[in-house]
Amino acid sequence: MRAFEYHRATATSDAIRTGRAPDAAIIAGGTNLLDLMKLQVETPATLVDITRLDLKTVTPADDGGLRIGALVTNAELAADGRVRRDYAVLSRALLSGATGQLRNKATTGGNLLQRTRCYYFMDTDARCNKRAPGTGCDAMEGLNRILAVLGGSAQCIATHPSDMAVGMLALDAQVEIEGPDRAARTLPLAELHVLPGDTPQVETVLRDGDLITAVTLPAPVKGAFQTYRKARDRASYAFALTSVAAVTTLRNGRFDHVALAFGGLAPKPWRDAAVEAVLRGQAPDDALFERAADVLLANARGYGHNDFKIPLARRLLKSVLREAAGS
Amino acid sequence: MNLTDLNPFSSDPFDTGHLKMDAPMERRRLDEMQQGVISRPLNRPDGPQKVSGTALYAAEAEAGNMATGVLVRATIPKGRVRAIDEDAAMAMPGVVGVFHGDRLLRNPAQGGADEAPVQPGDRVDYLGQPIALVVAETFEQARDAAHNLAVTYDEDGDAVFDPSSAPTEKPDGDQLDQGDIEAAMQAAAASVDVTYTTPVQSSAPMEPHASLAEWDGENLTLHGSYQMLNYNRNELADALGIKPKHVRILAPFVGGGFGSKLGLAPEAVAAAIAAKALARPVRVVMDRRTVFESTMRRTETTQRIRLAADADGTLTGLAHEDRVSNLPEESFSEPVAQATHFLYGGKNRRYTHEIARLNLTCAGSVRAPGEAVGMLALENAMDELAHQLGLDPVELRLRNIPDRHPEDDIPYSARSLEQCLREGADRFGWSERNPVPASRREGDWWIGIGMSAAARTNILAESKARVTLNPDGTALVETDMTDIGTGTYTILGQIAAEMLGLPVEAVTVHLGDTDLPAGPGSGGSWGAQSSGSSVYLACEAIRTRVAKALGCDRGELTLKDGVATGANLRKTLAELLDAPITQEGHVEPGKTMKEVSQAGYGAHFAEVAVNAVTGETRVRRMLGTFAAGRILNAQTARSQCHGGMIWGIGAALHEELHHDARDGHVVNRDLAEYHIPVNLDVPQLDVLFIDERDDHANPIQAKGIGELGISGAGAAVTNAIFNATGVRVRDYPATLDKILPFLPD
Repeated sequence: MRAFEYHRATATSDAIRTGRAPDAAIIAGGTNLLDLMKLQVETPATLVDITRLDLKTVTPADDGGLRIGALVTNAELAADGRVRRDYAVLSRALLSGATGQLRNKATTGGNLLQRTRCYYFMDTDARCNKRAPGTGCDAMEGLNRILAVLGGSAQCIATHPSDMAVGMLALDAQVEIEGPDRAARTLPLAELHVLPGDTPQVETVLRDGDLITAVTLPAPVKGAFQTYRKARDRASYAFALTSVAAVTTLRNGRFDHVALAFGGLAPKPWRDAAVEAVLRGQAPDDALFERAADVLLANARGYGHNDFKIPLARRLLKSVLREAAGS
Repeated sequence: MNLTDLNPFSSDPFDTGHLKMDAPMERRRLDEMQQGVISRPLNRPDGPQKVSGTALYAAEAEAGNMATGVLVRATIPKGRVRAIDEDAAMAMPGVVGVFHGDRLLRNPAQGGADEAPVQPGDRVDYLGQPIALVVAETFEQARDAAHNLAVTYDEDGDAVFDPSSAPTEKPDGDQLDQGDIEAAMQAAAASVDVTYTTPVQSSAPMEPHASLAEWDGENLTLHGSYQMLNYNRNELADALGIKPKHVRILAPFVGGGFGSKLGLAPEAVAAAIAAKALARPVRVVMDRRTVFESTMRRTETTQRIRLAADADGTLTGLAHEDRVSNLPEESFSEPVAQATHFLYGGKNRRYTHEIARLNLTCAGSVRAPGEAVGMLALENAMDELAHQLGLDPVELRLRNIPDRHPEDDIPYSARSLEQCLREGADRFGWSERNPVPASRREGDWWIGIGMSAAARTNILAESKARVTLNPDGTALVETDMTDIGTGTYTILGQIAAEMLGLPVEAVTVHLGDTDLPAGPGSGGSWGAQSSGSSVYLACEAIRTRVAKALGCDRGELTLKDGVATGANLRKTLAELLDAPITQEGHVEPGKTMKEVSQAGYGAHFAEVAVNAVTGETRVRRMLGTFAAGRILNAQTARSQCHGGMIWGIGAALHEELHHDARDGHVVNRDLAEYHIPVNLDVPQLDVLFIDERDDHANPIQAKGIGELGISGAGAAVTNAIFNATGVRVRDYPATLDKILPFLPD
């Protein structure tokens, strides 16, 4: 680990001001950043500790939704009675991630901004366009078992590791952001992360000094079926090979509200409007589910070890949809 | 005490405390004792220290003015170090030294090597090889400087990583042809000819390898995390070019070894060199990544099994042919077929064993070397044969228990395999199994059960221990034996307490110090029986002296609760003894190791659920039945079996260390990505011990148990996957991608 300056932020404005320096990093739970600092994948000159800020509560929002402070831990959020009752997909997603110890430390904001677990990103002796732009990618022709089959580029096929974000994405969550020069703004979670393209080092639309202060959930979808299904290499403490978050309703025997998000498949929490459009207004049956899977995976590409994710995603999606349809 | 008390010319082990196991010990002395503590499920005396964090592990040892070192890895798989920029490193904050050169170790010593492993100088043989040590005032300074140390190389382009295309060696002693396997296969009513592969694995002990080296003149003290101190001392001395008498190693607590700490490892030598040069103590703790790439891996294996059987399931032929790998110049190769030699009959037999020489992390002993992987293939093949014959898998095994060793033509010592199979089947509810695969479904899950036999070669190792009985009714046991989490402190105290008639609380056990009598070290599941036998023998010699002091025949002596009785005499130890009695016990293996076939036996039964959508497998329940001679402590023995069974689950479903095919580096070198079972992967585990005494094994009639628990365990799981789904996974581990494409609709 490199020596660094430590700054304990006293207010959001203070965190934004000190966090604005390009070589500063915000630290909250530290469950990912500290690991990366030990490996010198991240070498911030300044750590801005925001854990004393007043961003630790889950409060009702005016529209009937919930506002989740950025420092609410994953454990607290998963156990929140309102989340468990109205946003079960999120509680399940949270509890399927990491371990009890990690969830006690990891925060809502930090979870959204965690880095990929690509082996080659975490190995400073390997080439990685995300860690060191322009050096190349050792992952594509290396051990790519955990990497992306959707949304990758010639530069990078790293996957976003979060379960929580996948659950939130299916709930149409919004992200509240405060920044140096502007008033607080709100962004759909779907627009927070960006695909790697030619700049895999850029993972979100956030700019230096931007601070996620909260995640808001809209009012719950009444009577919705909600589930989070995650396939992985062991029963706990393993990242998703493929996961599906679903929030759906049926009306008159046809899909009405349809929100599907996917983890483990892409460089960001994945949602595909075309898949949902295939389903919406249609009566559920296996042929429909196959069509939805066809659309989801139309551009999927395996790199060898991760080829299995494509049939796995198909099977998982179909299974979730069957359950959603009550069959 | 008068002169007749001591007979310096006696060869009676009860006088001398020395026994060579040249004949079975049919007198089961521990069964005659009165204290009643042996075999009981007593708690560990060191438990409170461990759970309260006060047990001192090597990485926690401190010394005044200590500096900290961090190892630097080679980033090429083969070639030479051309230059190391020491000056730049020395200019970094806190750095006090950069060390490299001729004495650093390429990899750990193999278990029991007793001499230094390869010291390659500037030669690099695998990516990840420790090539330098950077020492600084603080750990973070050292880690930063090590990370940024500039090293240039002359790389050879001919490194080899793929065992299937590498040149191989076929050691003469490991090939065997008996009868005609080809003819047996031709004539068989049923046969299988299948190839299985198992992946590279890592011991992955919780505690990383760590050493603190401290010199006092020419004398070196090393606080280390090691399993076999008596050998490690000689390995360290040899590596440094000094005499063993100048080396003392302390390892009172070891946080798991599983083979990876059998031999002296690179961090110890590096710490000792740096401490000498800097004239101050130096501590080196491997980080998790270094443990994965610079200690021992278990080799990958390719195993072809052929089984030929009569229509009634009697084996007529058996072949086990394997290929393993290791670095050049390493003598160890995984003895894959070890249990195949003696477990089942069949007169036509063939074994071939090939070693591919690769530029990968060194291969060495990992829990149950041989059986852990060999029995996966053998027991899967037996399941395949049973299925083909339409015979119950338990019955197939029962029909093939040989009367005598099928190759060496010697008898077996105590062997309760049949009881393990029958009683295990009863307890598990095996008779409810539907032999037709994919016939039981619960919601999204296919349910199946499977079984395997278990066998693990038994080994007695030479061991010494010193026991002192004090007049105040306390006792002290001393040996350089280690407790790597197995319960050595507990069982040695229990043996002494039982033999000397004391409550266990009155017995203190000192371990892990090379200044103490040389024990066998912890490895090969020989620890409890070997170290325990030497404690037992010391106690017998003490009993002889107590009997003489009391004035009775030693056969008449009873020791219980600190009171000696015999021949109508009764005295407390305080009344009887005017000074402590100290005796050394010394056990050596003898003819019984060769004249009979000794092994622990067992059977595993597992129920799995395989997800019909994803192919994920979860073990729902598991039973292990084991017969390993006398059980010295029912609780620590059970824990050992649990550990072995959990390793079996990991081998079946999770564990695989990946080497990048292009440069051989270990890709998944942390515990987030090297998957071992977590709590949620481990169901209710049931363990049943079959009561047994093995008189040929040693004077306490106990056999090794730690590695018996893993032997065959994973095969029960994969056989259950077949029963659940009809899918045979022959390429371990059975991750979902290997099941998914073949799942029934």
